[in-house]
Amino acid sequence: MRAFTYERAKDAASAARIVAGRPGAKFIAGGTNLLDLMKIEVETPTHLVDLQDLEFDKITPIAGGGLRIGALVSNTDLAADARVRRDYGVLTRAIVAGASGQLRNKASTAGNLLQRTRCSYFYDTNMPCNKRKPGSGCAAIGGYSRQLGVIGVSDKCIATFPGDMAVAMRLLDAVIETVDGDGASRAIPIADFYRLWGDTPEQDTVLKPGELITAVTLPKPLGGKHFYEKVRDRASYAFALVSVAAVIQPDGNGRVAFGGVAPRPWRIEAAEALLPRGAAAVTARAFQGATPTKDNAFKLPLATRALASVLAEAKA
Amino acid sequence: MKFDKPAGKTPIDQLKVVGRAHSRVEGQLKATGTARYAAEHHEVAPDVAHGYILGAAIGKGQIERIDTAAALAAPGVHAVVTHENSGPIGIGEFYAQRILAGPMVDHYHQAVAVVVADTFEQARAAAGLIRVTYGRDDEGQFDLAAQKPSTPIAPDEPFGGSTNQRIGDFEATFAKAPVKVDQTYTVPDQAHAMMEPHATIARWDGDQLTCWTAIQAMNWGCRDLGLIIGTPKEKIRLHSAFIGGGFGGKGTTQSDLALAAIAARVSGRAVKVVLHRPLMFNNTIHRPKTIQRIRLGAREDGRLVAIGHDSWSGNLRGGRTEPCTLPTQLMYAGENRLLRRYLATLDLAEGSAMRAPGEAPGMMALEIAMDELAEKLGMDPVELRIANDTQVDPSKPERRFSTRPFVQCLQEGAERFGWQSRIAKPGGRREGKWLVGMGMAGAIRGAPIMSAGARVRLGTDGRIIVETDMTDIGQGSYTIVAQTAAEMMGVPLDSVTAKLGDSTFPETPGSGGQAGAASATAAVYAACAKLRGMVAQRVGFNEADVAFADGRVMSGGRSVPLVDAAKEGEIVAEDAMEFGDLAKQYAQQTVGAHFAEVAVDAYTGAIRIRRMLAVCGAGRILNPTTARSQVIGGMTMGIGAALMEEMTVDTRFGFFVNHDLAGYEVPVHADVPHLEAHFINEVDATMSPLKAKGVGELGLSGVAPAIANAVYNATGVRVRSYPITLDKHLEKLPAVA
Repeated sequence: MRAFTYERAKDAASAARIVAGRPGAKFIAGGTNLLDLMKIEVETPTHLVDLQDLEFDKITPIAGGGLRIGALVSNTDLAADARVRRDYGVLTRAIVAGASGQLRNKASTAGNLLQRTRCSYFYDTNMPCNKRKPGSGCAAIGGYSRQLGVIGVSDKCIATFPGDMAVAMRLLDAVIETVDGDGASRAIPIADFYRLWGDTPEQDTVLKPGELITAVTLPKPLGGKHFYEKVRDRASYAFALVSVAAVIQPDGNGRVAFGGVAPRPWRIEAAEALLPRGAAAVTARAFQGATPTKDNAFKLPLATRALASVLAEAKA
Repeated sequence: MKFDKPAGKTPIDQLKVVGRAHSRVEGQLKATGTARYAAEHHEVAPDVAHGYILGAAIGKGQIERIDTAAALAAPGVHAVVTHENSGPIGIGEFYAQRILAGPMVDHYHQAVAVVVADTFEQARAAAGLIRVTYGRDDEGQFDLAAQKPSTPIAPDEPFGGSTNQRIGDFEATFAKAPVKVDQTYTVPDQAHAMMEPHATIARWDGDQLTCWTAIQAMNWGCRDLGLIIGTPKEKIRLHSAFIGGGFGGKGTTQSDLALAAIAARVSGRAVKVVLHRPLMFNNTIHRPKTIQRIRLGAREDGRLVAIGHDSWSGNLRGGRTEPCTLPTQLMYAGENRLLRRYLATLDLAEGSAMRAPGEAPGMMALEIAMDELAEKLGMDPVELRIANDTQVDPSKPERRFSTRPFVQCLQEGAERFGWQSRIAKPGGRREGKWLVGMGMAGAIRGAPIMSAGARVRLGTDGRIIVETDMTDIGQGSYTIVAQTAAEMMGVPLDSVTAKLGDSTFPETPGSGGQAGAASATAAVYAACAKLRGMVAQRVGFNEADVAFADGRVMSGGRSVPLVDAAKEGEIVAEDAMEFGDLAKQYAQQTVGAHFAEVAVDAYTGAIRIRRMLAVCGAGRILNPTTARSQVIGGMTMGIGAALMEEMTVDTRFGFFVNHDLAGYEVPVHADVPHLEAHFINEVDATMSPLKAKGVGELGLSGVAPAIANAVYNATGVRVRSYPITLDKHLEKLPAVA
């Protein structure tokens, strides 16, 4: 870990201004991912702006239905919120399927959205990694790739976005609200929030330097049955091999998004129209053009089978 | 004391304290955080400096240049130790690895430098400033499968029995056997992944070195540390009072201990070195991957006539094989046998002892093969094993097992587990979305016992203090050592204090090979027997006719309080138990049977254990509470071996890629359902006056194949490559979409 300076932000606009104006500065909220990465020098910020004093820790109703979730609401509080559990069950299920109780207590909503990939090569600074060190190459291509992406990846990077919460938020059409260093705010639909790697895998999202997430909003509830099926190698505390977030309506229509397969929560709206025709039809469309490796090709049939499990349960 | 013929009646047989369930005597210290581990001995060196190890960035090659100027100039830094200033460094006896790279790099994350600074953070930050230029050796070998065709049979080894055992005519008998299995199984590289990382505080006082460290065999640790740093072992004192898990990974001297000692010598400060987690997988030892071919030939009635077991593993030059054929030497009857171990040279971190070396991975292959044979024969897997029981060493029929309640383990296990409800046809039981299966496996694990010493003190307050260099890595040594002394001296358990893990105490083999419990308690027995004689003499009783009970010494109708013997001052007795050739006369082994019920998600292929049972024959159980804890801990490790644990080798760069606990998954609570451990009521008089054996490694041996066989019974898809992850059977499961 490199030495760094530290301050506690007083308000969102000044926090954004400081980070935007100072190369090497970063925000810190729960720190559950950032501090790990700093210890092994994958992240080497020179200045940290701590957001914990900002009052973004509330969940409030939005006129016309929906919820605004403050950026600093902990994963535990968000998952346990009665309104979320009642109206957005898929979100609660996704959150509690991730990490551990201790981490969820500390992790924030915005931080969860911004967690970085868990690719083993990204974590080892002796290895080439375009995401960590642009231009150095990708050790994962041709290497250990069982956990990595099967679609939306590039010849520069095959990492996945590893989270669960964001998969449910993508399904729910959440919108991410930000403020930037100039004090301007904007609302980014989560569908547009995560980048595909292309030639610049070092950049995970469309956020500009210093742009700070202040809240995430959920549109009004969808109804239907909510599912989050997370398939992994052990029963808890593991990243998804494949996860399926779904809301299925009584008529068999619905929405579906996949986690653990791509640089972003993977939702193809055109594929959802095929839900009444069954899982195989949906995944054939959703994963059209997939480029799996030998080690992770199983994710494609697994996605189909996991969705089939969800659809069977929805009918039951 | 010499133990060279089977024990008759001994004071232990009273079983007032020994053989009874006692919670750990040190449990409160551990539960309250007041048991101090190696890195926590802050008082021994208030000005301790912190050493941080920089691991090599390549798999094989050499250091061409190492620039430490920026690190040395960094805040708080006192020294940077590299091969250029470390002084000569030797190799220990137990491990083949070199502790410090330079100029050659033998394996990834081999230590290249140790930065010594005032604080841990300063040392870590400065380590990031060291610039090393490497020359990569393109000849590095990292792929066992690629090496296999050209790998020779290993030379004889100090552990694991013969590397090339041939009995009868295997080839001819196997060729014409009516029923055959010939399959190849792989067990991946596995990590000990114990909770406490390797950690040491080293302090020099003149030429005397004292280290607070985490090490399983204290005197082997002194020996190996002495050889590595060039210091007579008499000048080294090690303390390991508490150890946060080891599983063999802290057998003797690892890089934390050796480099803390060297860094302290170079810097002139006491130095603390703790291995950070990502370093542990590639820097220290692990259980090496094996490729195992099993050939079984049987008659129609299930009797084995030919057993072939070929096992390939790799290691650094000078390293040993993973002795997978060891259990096959004694597990089943069968006149024709061919058991061979092949050893390739690989440039990965050293393969060495991990819980049940040989037995654990060997049985992972053999016991799936037995399941496959049972299916071919149309025979129940329990019955097949019963039919092939042996009460003699198949290689020396005149050598009987001392005890071998294997059939009893199988039968009691089948009964307790409800084995008769198993549906033999795979895939035959469906509960909702779950495919449910049951499987079992036999288990065998050696019961070594080695000479061991102890010192016992009777204080003027009547309390007993036991001192031995035995260690407690979590298995309950403190408790059984204290129980033994309490039984021998006729006092309650809370009148005894056990002191362990100090290399100046009398020597034992420590914690390893499941030899510790039997050896250390035999040592305490010997020392207590001597103390009993001294007490009798002190109080004027006839030594041959004296009893110790209820805190009193009794003889011929007379009785005095034990404390009276120490009126004039503390009485100290020290002795060692030396063993004759009973281990040659008898095959001394522990045996068992493992049963598992699993459920496989018919959609996703995800595997969940529902329940497991172990039935163990391990001589006298000294403490049912700590023995059960040992066995269910082994079963938990077996769940990991069966379903998730694998260090993945990147054969291009030459290292284990998933080198942290996020990438190397071990079971979490949710993976571990109800586990039951049951012990056969037996004693083994050939072992020691305690008539006891170890159980810690038996608890692991046979667990993973029982799970593998249960998964097959659930799905009908046979997976022969561990761990059994869902991708290996997913597409052969019934169609669902």
